[in-house]
Amino acid sequence: MNQRSSNLLDEALGLDQASEPWPLKGRVVAIEDRVETSGSFILHHLLKRSLSRNSSNVSIFIAFAQPFSHYDRVLRKQGWNLVSQRDNGRFFFFDMLKLQCPVGDEGITPGGGLIALYGKIHKTISALPEISQKNVSIIIDDLSLMEVAANGSSDHVLDFLHYCRTLTSEFDCSLITLNHEDIYSTEDGSTFLLQMAYLADILIKVEPLATGLAADVHGQLTVSNKGRNKASNFHFKVKENMVECFYPGRSRD
Amino acid sequence: MAKSICTALREGALEGELAPALTIKDSIASPFGLQVFDHVLSQLFSSILAGKSPSQGLILVSFSRSPSFYLELLKNKGISVASSDKRIQILDCYNDPLGWKDQLVEISSTVTVFREVKHMDKLFNSIIELGRGLVGGGKIRFSIAIDLVDEMLRRASVSSVARLLSNLRSHEQISSIFWLLHSDLHKARVTAVLEYLSSMVASLEPSHQLANGQRGDLENFALIEHNSKKGKFHVRFKKRNGRVRVMSEEVHMEQAGVNFTPLSSEGAINQGLVPKVQFNLQLSEKERIDKANVVLPFEHQGDNGKPLQIYDGRRSLVDSKQERAVAVEKEESDSQRGEIIYYRDSDDEMPDSDEDPDDDLDI
Repeated sequence: MNQRSSNLLDEALGLDQASEPWPLKGRVVAIEDRVETSGSFILHHLLKRSLSRNSSNVSIFIAFAQPFSHYDRVLRKQGWNLVSQRDNGRFFFFDMLKLQCPVGDEGITPGGGLIALYGKIHKTISALPEISQKNVSIIIDDLSLMEVAANGSSDHVLDFLHYCRTLTSEFDCSLITLNHEDIYSTEDGSTFLLQMAYLADILIKVEPLATGLAADVHGQLTVSNKGRNKASNFHFKVKENMVECFYPGRSRD
Repeated sequence: MAKSICTALREGALEGELAPALTIKDSIASPFGLQVFDHVLSQLFSSILAGKSPSQGLILVSFSRSPSFYLELLKNKGISVASSDKRIQILDCYNDPLGWKDQLVEISSTVTVFREVKHMDKLFNSIIELGRGLVGGGKIRFSIAIDLVDEMLRRASVSSVARLLSNLRSHEQISSIFWLLHSDLHKARVTAVLEYLSSMVASLEPSHQLANGQRGDLENFALIEHNSKKGKFHVRFKKRNGRVRVMSEEVHMEQAGVNFTPLSSEGAINQGLVPKVQFNLQLSEKERIDKANVVLPFEHQGDNGKPLQIYDGRRSLVDSKQERAVAVEKEESDSQRGEIIYYRDSDDEMPDSDEDPDDDLDI
């Protein structure tokens, strides 16, 4: 049941391809959510998929939004122990809430902090065994809080994301980001969202239904996959330990 | 159109004139700019290799993709870069544009890393130096391709970017130059500045505009899907005599790249967008003719020039007798035809008019 119901999302992302250890490698996935429909469940889903798919897959999680214990709790309900994954060197957690990123010579400048963070990610990936180097996912939760940490400078964040993107070329890793669409409603702010839309190979929009709130359906997902030249749209419902995806009118409940 | 652009870039500048400059601009609704850029790049480079152009080499300034991507792209198009690295050099502004990295892996001899993209004057010097290193000095010309001007605009002022492009265009060794711009990332005046600097502007637009604020709509999704596969390609040429010529084509996204076709009729495009339901939403030819032939009961235009008599339900006895005789005849012959029979309630009731009786109400 678990496997089947998430398959619409997996299909749209290309995760249904059994041939590769991590089909998202080298791709940039941008998730845009709203206040009414939080997209963090997709981050959890992708993290779970990355860990479960192949033992050589590694995830680097850069957390601005929640502490480690939160993600540990969420993934535990889905059957995954992040503590042991961290101990096994398959899960790296950079806790940006406590600003664990080393500061270096530039001091605590926003640009300096992000430069150092990039350096740390690069060092972490370089230190991995070669087989894992090819199957790394960098997950950022979330970009708006990264912007806050950079003192509102979206340029620094974009520079940082550009450098992360060079990692996708150098190491073939995947970059998965979450951002909030509705906080950028002013004219100046919407450029950041557009920059992400251009950068992304796969854009996932998590939105409420056009008709309003519902008990059986929590919202809709629109997945635009540039690589496959395909767009998908379907509804979802977030349950206790999984997310159910279905075409409109086909909820199992 | 795509061929004309490539021809203009291939032919390059005439003596004493500015180099032809192309702006390729797209938007998120029709994001094929990079693919069109790749197409123009491979066409121009093939012409240079074949000796069909006065330009002896190509400098590619890459901001948005890794140089390895371009080397791979040219290889896939059947252009062997290994044997032609005397004709192309890539200025790598992608891998370390701001100097954050401690060490860089060298990709190939064709690639030179540039780490100071905030400084337009240094960028200008590097481009010219690389070009001269490629083709030599003097009057030998080379072409330039810049894959994303937005990255320059993000890190430097509009005026410094404009100055760089203008200086490149007027440099005696530049044969032709083209660049890509995402128009929706900037204010309109910035796009306008770059368009003024160009002799050709190629814009990509979606086939169908999306309705704003209705993103959850199924119809809108169908449009999004449609727009992700094809769009419109408009090219504006500024001729030397001052005349401006505008041409349009359709552009299709395919696995191998982009494909340009003449504009198809609007109807054909709309056909594909009719939602698939179990009843017929469209009219056949016969149905359309029948619909046009129906005389509406309260049409005030008359029937083929004859004065229209709106039947008010009250006729004199004589007339009615005649009418009935005619009607009976008619009935026998026109039993198929429908009729609207209306009997007025009283003599005071005026024939229906278009006036709204509630018009004088003051609500």
